[in-house]
Amino acid sequence: MAGIHVKTTINGDAVEFICQPEETLLDVLRNRLGLTGAKEGCGTGDCGACSVMVDDRLTCSCLVLGAEAEGRSVETVEGMARGSELHPLQRLFIEHAALQCGVCTPGVLIAARALLEKNPNPSEEEIRFGLAGNLCRCTGYDKIVRAVQAAAQEMRGA
Amino acid sequence: MMRYEAPATVSAAVSLLAREKGVGLVMAGGTDLLVKMKSGLVEPDLIVDIKRIKPLHEVKKTASGISIGAALCNAALGENAMLRKAWPGVVEGATLIGSKQVQGRCTMAGNLCNASPAGDAVPALVAAGAKAVIQGPKGKRKLAIRDVPAGPGRTTLKKGEIITAIELPKREPRSADAYLRFIPRTEMDIAVVSAAVNLTLDAKGVIKKAAVALGAVAPTVLDVPAAARALIGTKLDDAALDRLAEAARAACRPIDDKRGTAAFRIQVAGVLAQRAARTAYARAGGK
Ligand SMILES: Cc1cc2nc3c(=O)[nH]c(=O)nc-3n(C[C@H](O)[C@H](O)[C@H](O)COP(=O)(O)OP(=O)(O)OC[C@H]3O[C@@H](n4cnc5c(N)ncnc54)[C@H](O)[C@@H]3O)c2cc1C
Ligand code: FES
Ligand code: FES
Repeated sequence: MAGIHVKTTINGDAVEFICQPEETLLDVLRNRLGLTGAKEGCGTGDCGACSVMVDDRLTCSCLVLGAEAEGRSVETVEGMARGSELHPLQRLFIEHAALQCGVCTPGVLIAARALLEKNPNPSEEEIRFGLAGNLCRCTGYDKIVRAVQAAAQEMRGA
Repeated sequence: MMRYEAPATVSAAVSLLAREKGVGLVMAGGTDLLVKMKSGLVEPDLIVDIKRIKPLHEVKKTASGISIGAALCNAALGENAMLRKAWPGVVEGATLIGSKQVQGRCTMAGNLCNASPAGDAVPALVAAGAKAVIQGPKGKRKLAIRDVPAGPGRTTLKKGEIITAIELPKREPRSADAYLRFIPRTEMDIAVVSAAVNLTLDAKGVIKKAAVALGAVAPTVLDVPAAARALIGTKLDDAALDRLAEAARAACRPIDDKRGTAAFRIQVAGVLAQRAARTAYARAGGK
């Protein structure tokens, strides 16, 4: 099958791939581009494990077609660290033990960064609301909320 | 094999859909469509993605009101201060849908065309007296939002027709709307019952125009003129609120399902209509 030729930008790098029309962006990232950070928890938009940014909007990559990435800018968890220096959210997730199995973590990190970009000083309720689209079976969410609060504080320079 | 097209103009999208011999479907945010495709509920031969059509992302003031492009995602809608001020209830309904992730993709027109009786964007649009601007092989037409859904999962749109915009009427002074839904959780759930109320007051705070719409209590969202009449000429006193609830309940034709019994839905419809009316009244400046 011929497939669709797509030119896009992923984590700042120009990327080209060929995909089938019904293939999701999540499948393209994982199976064609080797970017396995985004996970498939449900495939139906409910769990947020596949969260990525597309043109600065938080989305579930399981509900985006690969072909839609043409000319867009996609950001995944793989682009969060600067070289070997973790993003404050990543570092504080480790320090606060805000993950156990880690399946939800890439999606939570992307969603939390999107939240803090819009609202650098969120209340606990705003954090919980902002992350309501990210399900976690392990942590009970409390440690995730604490880690995001700590990161928000650090990133504000407070 | 399915084909994916992302045309740059409405006329190209319309002709792609009109020419398609198999099943051709519009995709806006895809948050219903892709889920249905994955479960095999729909098997399109052609998907026409309308997000590359630039004018469909615009919010414009027009001679008849405000026009909201059909591809504008609800997150962007919620960021629009002008809309939040003029139509807080419409924005409330649209931005209650799903999570932040879903908000970044989903649209009001998609919610309308998915034609779920529980679609959260629809009741406030019905109460607003909004219209769908439609373009098809035979040209343009406008249709009241109320008349777009034909039943669960079905619309009155004809082959090749696309909703290009949702048009909200001009706002008079001292007007406001509100939308409320009942869900067992605090977010990320489907409405068991919902209600929208849209009001215009006179200078003394007396309601001179009203509209009431109910969701998830019939095969399509209901416009309930009898409930609206219960409010007109009043300052939303207790007697008016009682008549509102009674008229709202009388209009309900709900089903029993795992989300709620018919009796529960009827009861809550009256309560939500009252609460939405109080919020709309206060927002419009009534005391
Ligand atoms: C996790 C999750 C949570 C959700 N939560 C809610 C919720 O709380 N409340 C709620 O109401 N819904 C909810 N939904 C359903 C869905 O997100 C909404 O119905 C949304 O508004 C659909 O918009 P869309 O642009 O994604 O539509 P699409 O999936 O793109 O389209 C839906 C249907 O409408 C047609 N269509 C779309 N745009 C047009 C147009 N312009 N002209 C003609 N036809 C068109 C499509 O062909 C398709 O049949 C949820 C979905 C998910 C995945
Ligand atoms: S895999 Fe995309 S939301 Fe669950
Ligand atoms: S850490 Fe296991 S799902 Fe969140």
